[in-house]
Amino acid sequence: MPELLDLIVDKYNYWLYIVLMMIGLYAMIGKNNLIKKLVGMNIFQTAIILFYVSIGYKKGATIPIIQGDHGHGAADAVIKAADYINPLPHVLMLTAIVVSVATFGVAMALCVKIYQRYQTLEEDELRMRLSEK
Amino acid sequence: MNNYPAIVVIAPLLGALFAGVAAWVEDRATYPIALASLGIAAAAAVNDLITVMISGPIQYNMAGWAPPMGIEYRIDGLNALVLVLITGIAFLNLVASYKNVQQETPDRSGSFYVMYLLFVVGLVGVVSTGDLFNLYVLIEITSLSSYTMIALGDKDRGAIASLNYIFIGVIGASFYLLGVGYIYIKTGSLNMADVAAMIPAMTESSTLLVAFILCIIGVWIKMALFPLHVWLPNAYAFAPVGFARIVAPLMTKVMVYVMVRLMVSVFGYDYIFTTLSLSDGVVWMGTIAILAGGIIALSQKNLKKMMTYIIVCEIGYMVGGAWLGNELGMTGAILHIVNDALMTFALFLAVGNMVYKLDRVDITDLQGLFAKMPWTMGGFVIAAFSIVGVPPTCGFFSKWYLILGAFEAGAYHFAAALLVSSLICAVLFFKVFEVCFFEPMSEGHGHGDDHGHGHDSHGEHAAVAIEEAPVASVITLAVVSVSLIVVGLYSGTIVDRIILPFLN
Amino acid sequence: MELITSIKPLLAVLVTLLVMPVLVSSSNKPNVREGWTFVAGTIKFLLVLSMLPVILDGNQIVFTLVKIAPGADIAFRVDPLGMMFALVASALYIVTSMYSIGYMRGLNEHGQTRFVTFFALAISATIGAAFSANLLTLYLFYEILSLATYPLVTHHQDANSRVSGRRYLTFILGTSIGLVLPAMIWCYHITGTLEFSGAGIFSGQLSKPHATVLLLMFVFGFAKAGIMPFHSWLPAAMVAPTPVSALLHAVAVVKVGVFSIVRVITGIFGIEFLSSFELGAVVAGIASVTILVSSAIALSQDEFKRRLAYSTIGQLSYIVLGAALLSPKGVTGGMLHIAMHAFGKITLFFCAGAIFVATGRKYLSQMVGIGYRMPVTMTAFLIGALSIIGLPPTGGFISKWYLVLGTLEGDQMVMLFVLLTSSLLNAAYFMPIFYRAFFCTPEEAMFERKVDEAPLMCVIPLVITALISFVLFFAPQPFLNLAAMAVKGFIGG
Repeated sequence: MPELLDLIVDKYNYWLYIVLMMIGLYAMIGKNNLIKKLVGMNIFQTAIILFYVSIGYKKGATIPIIQGDHGHGAADAVIKAADYINPLPHVLMLTAIVVSVATFGVAMALCVKIYQRYQTLEEDELRMRLSEK
Repeated sequence: MNNYPAIVVIAPLLGALFAGVAAWVEDRATYPIALASLGIAAAAAVNDLITVMISGPIQYNMAGWAPPMGIEYRIDGLNALVLVLITGIAFLNLVASYKNVQQETPDRSGSFYVMYLLFVVGLVGVVSTGDLFNLYVLIEITSLSSYTMIALGDKDRGAIASLNYIFIGVIGASFYLLGVGYIYIKTGSLNMADVAAMIPAMTESSTLLVAFILCIIGVWIKMALFPLHVWLPNAYAFAPVGFARIVAPLMTKVMVYVMVRLMVSVFGYDYIFTTLSLSDGVVWMGTIAILAGGIIALSQKNLKKMMTYIIVCEIGYMVGGAWLGNELGMTGAILHIVNDALMTFALFLAVGNMVYKLDRVDITDLQGLFAKMPWTMGGFVIAAFSIVGVPPTCGFFSKWYLILGAFEAGAYHFAAALLVSSLICAVLFFKVFEVCFFEPMSEGHGHGDDHGHGHDSHGEHAAVAIEEAPVASVITLAVVSVSLIVVGLYSGTIVDRIILPFLN
Repeated sequence: MELITSIKPLLAVLVTLLVMPVLVSSSNKPNVREGWTFVAGTIKFLLVLSMLPVILDGNQIVFTLVKIAPGADIAFRVDPLGMMFALVASALYIVTSMYSIGYMRGLNEHGQTRFVTFFALAISATIGAAFSANLLTLYLFYEILSLATYPLVTHHQDANSRVSGRRYLTFILGTSIGLVLPAMIWCYHITGTLEFSGAGIFSGQLSKPHATVLLLMFVFGFAKAGIMPFHSWLPAAMVAPTPVSALLHAVAVVKVGVFSIVRVITGIFGIEFLSSFELGAVVAGIASVTILVSSAIALSQDEFKRRLAYSTIGQLSYIVLGAALLSPKGVTGGMLHIAMHAFGKITLFFCAGAIFVATGRKYLSQMVGIGYRMPVTMTAFLIGALSIIGLPPTGGFISKWYLVLGTLEGDQMVMLFVLLTSSLLNAAYFMPIFYRAFFCTPEEAMFERKVDEAPLMCVIPLVITALISFVLFFAPQPFLNLAAMAVKGFIGG
């Protein structure tokens, strides 16, 4: 049991993203309202962004801007990787955020379109309306 | 440095930009821009393929940044082949679908072509890239443009089908992204070749296992492997014809390509088949996908829906073949990527022609079509025979390699499923042919009241006037149908010159 | 034996294929269209004929179209057996084309252009099958033939032909995809080649049970041969117009079926291999059952063409039986029967069609006394029937003679009994037709005693084929030589 606890505490960032992901997934599958589903989708994507951000982090490290002189000294300074957090996952996530915003935008636009046509965003009502056709 | 690998991607991207600007001024200006940029891309892709066949794989560093820092485009036999396929189909479809676009989205043709180009950018990017994260971004570009295009389709259901596709598409892409995250944790690199070099040393790692499973499941969702296929039939059936014709042949096939790429060039045979020995289970999944896709297709009343389930069935071929764990199976799967793209393209071209003339394509609407649209039906028949796997059409030859591979792997259930699916497809298509051939045109389409002198008057069949789809569509269909046979006859060459060098 | 590379086999296949667009484009000018059919048919026949001397000199012609995989290319190889079949099929195509004109115009059928076009495709596939160098090529043409004949069988486009067409495809396509295709891939998997060779392609990789299963998959899988229980497509296919029944369901399609079985027995397994496992008896047994049962069923058929269809099923099994005897004489007889039966049976079908065109009748019970009205037709019928029964002076006697010799050579008395019994049955279902046509009391006769034959274009072809049947009795040498050479190639020595 203590080992399990250790595992959870040690890797709490992973557990957190999994919990968030599951919340998002639940909303996407379980909710009836399309907007709520979209919110779930956003949570789902954000969970992954958190995961990436957390894997770039190192204890006691700082932001990856090389310290020291910005003149000639910078080139000579010995750069210790352990002093800086890994910037790459964070940069990747900039792109991922753009992707998720774009997806969200398209999905919202579709919701508007659906609402204009059917005057509802509840899935069961939509299904009923479609089966009438 | 040879810049053609970049041109394949850049040409449609710039085309999309120009077309977008042009659309503000004049919608009609977008079409020639789209056509020209895809023409350039196709030419560059052909050039790539020739270069690869003569002097081996091309390595291209985007913007001059060397990997593993920069993004590398690596063109070998496999993706050169798929690039030619994508740009070729995208170009031909643009030629064929001009009238369809005018008919279906008359006020949005400008945006249609812009999104169309972006969709192609995504596809060619996915296929060209040698970087795992870049692959994710490009998959999402492809998906985003297809979400919007599908929503342009059927007025009642297009938007809903598209939204459902978004939900599942996002889950698939996110799984893949997670998988890439784990690969990065373990290897510290996102470059495929770089990662592949490190993997043999860490085969015991559970992180790697999680990464592998997440990546593969993500790709499976995107390619609609049964039972993860639920989004596909509605999305493709309700898309506008001009787009369905390109998304149906290409989207799933490109995802199969991604799977093959991950298996061969990233994780490697040894890891998948020796360390994990996952072959059996996945081949069974392929078997089930084939049978389920075929059987559900049998129960469809709408021709478009039926075709979409055939895609689900064909995905089973490729997944099963790729996971047989031998060279023959993988050869069959790769050959089938090409063949299936071509035959699905031909099928959807024909179906699009029917939609153009008939509007609705429930199977019962197709009466007397052999007399009314002989050329379209001719192409449809050849495409259908290719799906069934009748020689000398190309569908036969990929099936040949797949079954041989199944025999070698001892996966007799997979071989049996392939044969049964041939039979199911034969039933499917002859069900359609019978309606087209035997049932004279109903009053709705025909010449009023020839009900009285019904079936036994022979003159009735001959009296139907030919009403074909636009000439460009018909000619494109003819070209593609002939290519089904030509590619079939030259499948030996494709295997020897392109696929086998890639696999070894 | 020399192997000569020549493009002629490909040309022989292609010529009727290339003429198809011309046929379609001249659909408004029937005479021009038919003219082209004759031109293509004649060129095809001459091409085949021009290869005959080479074959008779003991050489073979080869041509590889494309390479697919080692040992399984799309390739042609003209050997004596294929030569014999191609000769028969291409010659009869010309005759049948002539007959089609009389028949289709006589009945004012619809869709004649479609009809001649698919006919051309079917004959191309037949010649392709005859000249196939390996099983893959053979399968390719076999499938093309199946599909090309579908619109011919269902030509009338009514409910009846729809049902029959469905049955036709179910049996033909179902067996070829379900049995032949896996069997073929199995062969390739084991041996890595599908090339026909006299010694067979297996060298000890197959145990007896496996070989039996494989052989049965082929024998039943080539359902065009009409081996029971996969025979019932043939009677169903009789809804087709008679020229189709005549050329395709007496010559091209069904013979491609038996030809394929003969090829598999002689070229894939090899006679020696099958003898060593004593597998000939299995096939021979199946064929004998088919012969006897189908002949018995034929007795009770009243529709003329259906009786002929059941007769065909029986006769096809003679050929299979001949090959399965695995003795030189038996195999010779089987091969000869491909030719002899073709000329005999096509005559009979032509007669049935001619009667239908002239009188509109298709049931035998309505044909009492027909001999007075159509004497030429019925005389030709007699010759055809004699040939099928195997009586002199007709070609059928020669092939049956060799078959009987084959049973004696192999000391297979049961098979001898089967052959003789079935000959009696053949006589029993054909002779009454002839008898009632000529020898009936005036009260029974359903026709006036006034000669009124079918159109000339119908009568000439059936006279020609009847004459050939007759002549073949006196001059069987071309076919006999080819068969003898083929057997030498298969058995050696």
